[in-house]
Amino acid sequence: MTTPSTTSLAVARVVGERRTAGLLRTTGGRLGVTGCIAAGILLVIALAAAFAPVVAPYDPDFPDLLASLSGPTPAHLLGTDALGRDILSRLIWGARITLAGPGLVILIATVVGTLLALLAAWRGGRIDTVVSWLLDVLFAVPGIVFALIAVAIWGPSLITVVCGLAIAYVPYVARVVRGASFRERHMPYVAAAWLQGQSGAGITFTQILPNVQPIVVAQAVSSLGFAVIDLAAVSFLGLGVQPPTADLGLMVKSGFDSVLRGQPTEAIAAGSLIVLIVWCVTVIGDRLTSSARSMR
Amino acid sequence: MSFGAYLARRAGGLLLVLLVTSFIVFGLLYLAPGSPLAFILGPRGGTPEQIAAVTAQYHLNDPFFVRYVAWLGDLLRGDLGYSIVYRQDVSALISSRIGTTLALVSMAALMIAVVGIAAGTFAALRGGWSDQLTSTLAAIGLSTPSFVVGVALISVFAVGLGWFPTFGSGSGGVNTLVHLALPAVALSVASAAYLARITRASVLEERGREHVQTATVRGLAPGYIVRHHVLRNSLVPIVTVLGLTIATLIAGAVVVENVFALDGLGSLLVRAILQRDFAVVQAVILVLVVAFVVVNAVVDVLYTFIDPRIVLGSRK
Repeated sequence: MTTPSTTSLAVARVVGERRTAGLLRTTGGRLGVTGCIAAGILLVIALAAAFAPVVAPYDPDFPDLLASLSGPTPAHLLGTDALGRDILSRLIWGARITLAGPGLVILIATVVGTLLALLAAWRGGRIDTVVSWLLDVLFAVPGIVFALIAVAIWGPSLITVVCGLAIAYVPYVARVVRGASFRERHMPYVAAAWLQGQSGAGITFTQILPNVQPIVVAQAVSSLGFAVIDLAAVSFLGLGVQPPTADLGLMVKSGFDSVLRGQPTEAIAAGSLIVLIVWCVTVIGDRLTSSARSMR
Repeated sequence: MSFGAYLARRAGGLLLVLLVTSFIVFGLLYLAPGSPLAFILGPRGGTPEQIAAVTAQYHLNDPFFVRYVAWLGDLLRGDLGYSIVYRQDVSALISSRIGTTLALVSMAALMIAVVGIAAGTFAALRGGWSDQLTSTLAAIGLSTPSFVVGVALISVFAVGLGWFPTFGSGSGGVNTLVHLALPAVALSVASAAYLARITRASVLEERGREHVQTATVRGLAPGYIVRHHVLRNSLVPIVTVLGLTIATLIAGAVVVENVFALDGLGSLLVRAILQRDFAVVQAVILVLVVAFVVVNAVVDVLYTFIDPRIVLGSRK
């Protein structure tokens, strides 16, 4: 797994070919068979979620009270929930938030964490001490507690939870990237760039960042799986996404009430979709992590 | 570095982190929109007596840092504030619920240790399809949120088969153990899967070492080699991960307690957030964070005991 992917990547870099066909090939090589399957499944879910208005058979909020809690029927492939809303349509719409919310969490955490890490690695000394200490403090609070703190202050909503979780994930990204950037910072090519008179910021963004980029991406994807779980859990607790918005965590919650009334379809469907999404993300993250490690 | 100096440095770092987190938890009130008084009393309004009580409790007439020091002093004396919703001291609320959370976390930790280590060792030693199966199960377990496991367990074992109670934490003794069984399973699935993974990797690595080859060549019994040469040496990463996992269970319990309606700290916290009972929110978060930080620090120190090769104070 190590050799073909790394060499093809290295060759692609050296030749500097425009990375259109090359990108597909190297990504495929880095992901392996399982990773490609996971990526394919995730792509299908993401596309369905993105085109929810077109794909979903029903309006996710339309209550067909006469058909409430029906099991799977030809009209409603996965049945309906307690309010008679089509479960399949709500899954498709719910996947939107379940993908976009954690995506936003990780995007913010990755940008902030990477900037902090690069700053610490380049400046070193006192700034590095302050950054490391800040990360230690952030590590002292378990991730989901950050989300709960944010909700306690600003009230339950998706945005509040996303902000809280984004802060919680900063140290996980920053620690890994800081370590990698420190290794790069002491490489001869950095010294060479410095001698050529490039500025610190220039070297950081044009030399170090591209070289730690595989690690940044791998860490971001790996964290995404945890963020999906955390966000769904907060929504399940009733502190995140608010009804009637379709969200997978909320659907497990409302499906849980239906379970007690003998109709488990909604809980099973929403729960399985969460597991599937997290599994795909985790597999891709694992693959990217091991290929980023082997590149060193 | 001597052991005493090492402990002192660790304890100092721990105190510093605790001080900062307590300051953050204290400062939360002032991040909230509106005045602190209005935020605490919320839409409940407030009689002059309530306003006076809250002003006194949060020392609202003092400057900011004096307030913090006074609040910290109250904490150290065991005064965690007064719950507006429960009309009770927060310390009493917490002490009546902390037992459930502790029992839940301990039971889950035990399950994680037994299942995780056994499954990981089994996968590494047997290889072949049992390894495949264990690894696949671990990957699925790792991807499954605790609340999904909880809902599934309730629908199968409580609602469907009726083997276990659906809700509540029981009336003490064996009854409590039965009530906590399903929640503990729900809490431990992901961590057990993770520990199984770590164990598998660690045992595999150790099994390929030269000293194991030497033992095999010397003709020692395979069972003896596994127990005394492979497992003992692979324990360092396993115990470290196990310790860190227990720390994360403290936060995980918040979710699981709410699925199973257990009267622990986590369900108290979520209810307090929904009812805007700020004194309770502040105190429970503080307790969770302190527990999390202390467990992590203890694991860090224990780590150096397990393996005498590790130099004090050095981090790998």
